[in-house]
Amino acid sequence: MQNLQIIPLDYYIFFCSALFAIGVVGVLVKRNALVIFMSIELMLNSANLLLAAFSAYRNDPAGQIFVFFIMVVAAAEVAIGLALLVMIYRSTHTIDINVLNKLKW
Amino acid sequence: MFEYIWLVPLFPLIGFLLIAFNFRRFKGITSGVLASVMVLIPFLISLALFSNLVAGAPARTVELFSWISFDKLSIPFSFLVDRLSVLMLLIVTGVGFLIHVYSIGYMKEDAGFNRFFSYMNLFVFFMLLLVLGSNYLILFIGWEGVGLSSYLLIGFWFKNQEYNNAAKKAFIMNRIGDLGFLLALFLLVKTFGTLNFEEIFAQLSSVPIRTSTITIITLLLFAGAIGKSAQIPLFTWLPDAMAGPTPVSALIHAATMVTAGIYMIARSNLLFVMAPITMMTISVIGITTALMAGAIAIYQNDIKKILAYSTVSQLGFMFVALGSGAFTGAMFHLTTHAFFKALLFLAAGSVIHALHGEQDIRKMGGLKDKIPVTFWLFLIGTLAIAGIPPLSGFFSKDMILLGAFHVSPVLWVLSVIAALMTAIYMFRLLYVVFWGKAAVVENPKHPVHESPKSMTVPMGILAVLAVFGGLLGVPHLFGGEDRIQTFLGTNFSASESLLKHSAATSEGQTELWLMIIPLIIILGLIYLAWSRFVKNRSIAQDEPERSFVANLAYRKFYVDELYHEIIQKPVAGLSSFFHDVIEVRVVDRFVDQTGVFIVWIGRNIRYMQTGNVGAYLFYMVISIILILFFNLFNK
Repeated sequence: MQNLQIIPLDYYIFFCSALFAIGVVGVLVKRNALVIFMSIELMLNSANLLLAAFSAYRNDPAGQIFVFFIMVVAAAEVAIGLALLVMIYRSTHTIDINVLNKLKW
Repeated sequence: MFEYIWLVPLFPLIGFLLIAFNFRRFKGITSGVLASVMVLIPFLISLALFSNLVAGAPARTVELFSWISFDKLSIPFSFLVDRLSVLMLLIVTGVGFLIHVYSIGYMKEDAGFNRFFSYMNLFVFFMLLLVLGSNYLILFIGWEGVGLSSYLLIGFWFKNQEYNNAAKKAFIMNRIGDLGFLLALFLLVKTFGTLNFEEIFAQLSSVPIRTSTITIITLLLFAGAIGKSAQIPLFTWLPDAMAGPTPVSALIHAATMVTAGIYMIARSNLLFVMAPITMMTISVIGITTALMAGAIAIYQNDIKKILAYSTVSQLGFMFVALGSGAFTGAMFHLTTHAFFKALLFLAAGSVIHALHGEQDIRKMGGLKDKIPVTFWLFLIGTLAIAGIPPLSGFFSKDMILLGAFHVSPVLWVLSVIAALMTAIYMFRLLYVVFWGKAAVVENPKHPVHESPKSMTVPMGILAVLAVFGGLLGVPHLFGGEDRIQTFLGTNFSASESLLKHSAATSEGQTELWLMIIPLIIILGLIYLAWSRFVKNRSIAQDEPERSFVANLAYRKFYVDELYHEIIQKPVAGLSSFFHDVIEVRVVDRFVDQTGVFIVWIGRNIRYMQTGNVGAYLFYMVISIILILFFNLFNK
């Protein structure tokens, strides 16, 4: 616990913000659904890291417990999301999101 | 004995429910017999009650359960068994039973046989409730209930739109009167804090109450009676109500329901005698109605319409009696009228039955030998209603005329004129229908035939009652005992002593002359009618030239047309204004434009839904950032 605090909290915040922004940009600019998926995971993990950091600095275990919850939710989400991707691939032979534009006016 | 009074209305109710829930299952005349039995049993109970009361048993209120009770107001569900209500019970169940039996024969071939009898039993149930109720609220339930059954039965042949219109007319006209009745109930509760007859009448003598209040209450009650008993200005529904089957006309629109107004006023006699203005109004409206309806009846050509206007006229007569304070006379005439008018309607039904639905008297004639039984019964009814001694109509009419004479000789003269009109229209009807040559070409497939036993026997019993019913009230002048006066005396003595003129008993000489003068004129008129309608047979086949007054009467004084012009048209105009302008141009337009606007928005912003996942993600991120900034700067 003490080792973590060697690095100042600001660093964690900047790092996590950068990580989150990379995730957002990845979601926005990528066309491959799998990559978008990974970007979402990146955003989730940046939030996790920030939670863990705050938890350590404030000596409050609640933040770390919250991290576990997010991991569980993320795992479930990945299971469903990947299953969806597999199904989409089977029917369209692609996972390019720009091809999936049937649901519109 | 008195505790079982609740059985009386219960039986017709059971009959109604049984027939109503089995009306597809009952075959043949089952339902007719069942319905008749369900009226016969209450009649027998009523007879037992009657003999108890005659033997001297006091009147009693039988409380079934406490119904409405809050604050100081308490309205029990209770029945009042006294001489007045038992007399009405006997009329309703007795005449009702005979008409039920008659209907079995009359309605046999009708597809709605079961439906008909379920309605009839429902009517009897409500009528008994009306008669038995010991407070105004129960009376009002019965009052509305008979209105409903009347509506159902007038529109019984609902495939004919005209009949439906007649039913609606009856219902709506009654509503107008009922509004008055309802307001009177509210005022009664406000003034007396109760609706029970006995408590109200007890308070009248002990608590000082302003005459104006009582006048308003009684006038409102009388408005209800005007609607139900078809008086001016609400009488036009009754002739139209003849659209129903003839037994219905006999039971509801002649013998029982239309007399509910008379009964209600006779029941509230103590209230009414405290309001001289109301009493005068009743007399004036009664005599006007009697004269007007009598005049109209003289010029009608539909056999049932003539009898209907005759009923209106006779009801007017009863109101004259009530207005004069001759309550016994009104109830006596109500009783005898129930006998002979029911008889006349049933005989008319028999004529219509014989002629396969023909109702126009111009197409009848010479039926005297073809349907002799019906002829004799009709003759008895005619003699009774015209007031030929010693038939029942003579005595009851005489009692009313005497009551009118005590109030004012003018009222007496007008009443005598109304009585003379009765003789004219009844004998015109009799002569035209049964004498002369048959005007209608007989259909060889359906010859004119006498009615079956199930129809003639009830008529025979009614004829016996019409002949001897008058013996209930033979005046002392003829050595009679005036039994009806003694019988109902307990109900009316208190109010009759309140009226000034009741003490003035006329000497025998005057009373005798008052009877003889109208009688002589009536006999003269009968001869006149004979020479005109039998010797010369001057019944017009087509539209004849009529004098102004005759035309006025023939057109029913244009009352229907008048109502059409001054009420129906403005209301219809207002309705079409509300429809064409308010509804279509304002309400509809607003609703339509709202829809159009929403559709327009949708048409324009649907392009946001590109189907492109990347675009949606972009919207999402932008939105989240916007919400973030919104929260940041909105602290």
